[in-house]
Amino acid sequence: MTPRTLFEKIWESHLVHEEAGQPSLLYIDRHLIHEGTSPQAFAGLKEAGRKVRRPDLTFAVMDHSVPTVHRELPILDADAMGQFEALARNCRETGVRLFDMNSRNQGIVHVIGPELGITQPGQTIVCGDSHTSTHGAFGALAFGIGTSEVEHVLATQCLVQFKSQTMLIRMNGRRPRGITAKDLVLYIIGRLGIAAGTGYVFEYAGEAIRGLSMEGRMTLCNMSIEGGARAGMVAPDDTTVSYLEGRPFVPRGKDFQVAADHWKSLASDTGARYDRELDLDATQVVPQVTWGTNPGMVTGVTNRVPDPGSFTENGDRKAVESALEYMGLIPGTPIVDIPLDRVFIGSCTNSRLEDLRMAARLVAGKHISAHLKQALVVPGSRVVKAQAEAEGLDRIFTDAGFEWRDAGCSMCIGMNDDRLPSGERCASTSNRNFEGRQGKGGRTHLVSPIMAAAAALAGHFVDVREMNVDGE
Amino acid sequence: MKPFSKHSGLLVPLDRVNVDTDQMVPKQFLKALTRAGFGKNLFYDWRYLPGEIPNPEFVLNLPRYRGASILLARHNFGCGSSREHAVWAVMDYGFRVVIAPSFGDIFYNNCFKNGVLPIRLPESEIDEMFRAAKEAGSYRLTVDLESQSITDSQGRSIGFEIDPSRREVLLQGLDDIGVTLRHEERITQFENRAHPSAPLYDPASVDVRITSGQ
Ligand code: SF4
Repeated sequence: MTPRTLFEKIWESHLVHEEAGQPSLLYIDRHLIHEGTSPQAFAGLKEAGRKVRRPDLTFAVMDHSVPTVHRELPILDADAMGQFEALARNCRETGVRLFDMNSRNQGIVHVIGPELGITQPGQTIVCGDSHTSTHGAFGALAFGIGTSEVEHVLATQCLVQFKSQTMLIRMNGRRPRGITAKDLVLYIIGRLGIAAGTGYVFEYAGEAIRGLSMEGRMTLCNMSIEGGARAGMVAPDDTTVSYLEGRPFVPRGKDFQVAADHWKSLASDTGARYDRELDLDATQVVPQVTWGTNPGMVTGVTNRVPDPGSFTENGDRKAVESALEYMGLIPGTPIVDIPLDRVFIGSCTNSRLEDLRMAARLVAGKHISAHLKQALVVPGSRVVKAQAEAEGLDRIFTDAGFEWRDAGCSMCIGMNDDRLPSGERCASTSNRNFEGRQGKGGRTHLVSPIMAAAAALAGHFVDVREMNVDGE
Repeated sequence: MKPFSKHSGLLVPLDRVNVDTDQMVPKQFLKALTRAGFGKNLFYDWRYLPGEIPNPEFVLNLPRYRGASILLARHNFGCGSSREHAVWAVMDYGFRVVIAPSFGDIFYNNCFKNGVLPIRLPESEIDEMFRAAKEAGSYRLTVDLESQSITDSQGRSIGFEIDPSRREVLLQGLDDIGVTLRHEERITQFENRAHPSAPLYDPASVDVRITSGQ
């Protein structure tokens, strides 16, 4: 048999229908929904008199607009309340399981899917959210869809899809100390550009990737969309299997063994062909900091803010000029000299227990800079929050001057009250530094959790490798 | 969905690369429960000064582009967030066609669900259009999806490529859920087959400990 890639194996085993010259009909194993992109889909369904085909394969959660403080109080944002009520009603009427904002399992959709074991290797997973790519860390084919497609999946449990091309990204060598999955993925996007992945599914491989925990792999796959790829994946291995064992929605006992054997067989075959292959050297990666208004505008912490004149393409030069103007940065400024107003540790990219642990280790016994207006830690889920509290991480953070919040998207997108004010500068562990992303006029620098923690202590960026970190 | 076959209209050039969907419809408008009325939010932060006063410098606000229905953009248009609100805003503003060298994948897909035609053209053609749009007082195009051609007010005509099945969807204004449901039997067959890729563990049998604190 011809050697196949992980992507091809999943694609082929989910084909419901194929016709020459037509996109394929692909079966969807898991459909995740949230309050932001689902109301119009349910409304459309109702209008057409259609039913949710598989409520048992659909999981809903409130995450984007939920408050991260005082959830017991009435919600004053009427629009957000409208979203919550609509989601609750839609789930009740259609039998979809909902983790509402008072559920012990509530959290960011891309954090709770894996955490509950809803996400499993070999599955097709979709959600009306572009960071669905996160779930590819398990060797699943997971991608974001629009609301019309959400409606389509609700009605048919299928999607009409064109087959993507595949790109293998091999990170060779070991990840140096102080370098996290976040640095690897920012480095990759900086090298490739933010559109190189358009039309592709990324598969990440190589020693540095194999060495990542599941949390790290999720961080990596999460940002595939920032490189233009709808999906990113890592082949399932022992790390994947042991992460999943015992999680609520994962098979148990003998069934688990059967599943685990199957999962491991999904890895790309030797000799499988990709449309594009790329080799990068992980040993060369230094801590990354974005300086512009998209994730590809990134550099090492040891560098300086670039000069627009050094970009040869006219469009790029203009984009850099307007990015620097928006960011209020002067070309040539050393990255470590950029002062900060706020720090945000959270989002579906970096809000899992491992992220919080590494940040906590760094700030333990210290205090955030007096120049900071705010430093937020927002756990990705209530389960993460509870685990972190059991380990005393909340105390470490609050003693250091951080605010410890309830779970949700929070200042990654600022749909609740957690917003970055205009003109202020934030070191953020999230995934998008687009204009206004964290708040209108807000200036976002994307970094790893340890870089954010170190920056919170100093009040400006610092090279985390100069501090005592283990880089996990 | 409204079918699309031929459209004539005024073109407005938006000379920025990598326009993301956060820019097209900022977060504060993502709490709506319907698909309607997003046109006024399109490019909100660029289009308005504080107090929702139209920014006289933003290209969409220039009097010569009033009533434009064709948007000319730069590469990677519509990248980022999957929010379909971006296409609803484009549509509601009055655009039926968006022309760019390349698009974000999800935005491109979303266009076809809403009767908006996204056209990819080579960078050189796009440059040419930007030039023409800036020089002409009013640069109008006729876009014919059937013949896959664009003709401008100066009589210049070029062709464009589009996947034939996508073209069909727009030409017929197909309800693609309806089309998929024609395969319902196959879907059921697929579900009844024990398919190895996704061990379906019955979630109902698992305790996820929901506490309803309400
Ligand atoms: S944390 Fe941010 S990127 Fe992730 S799902 Fe929420 S809003 Fe989207």
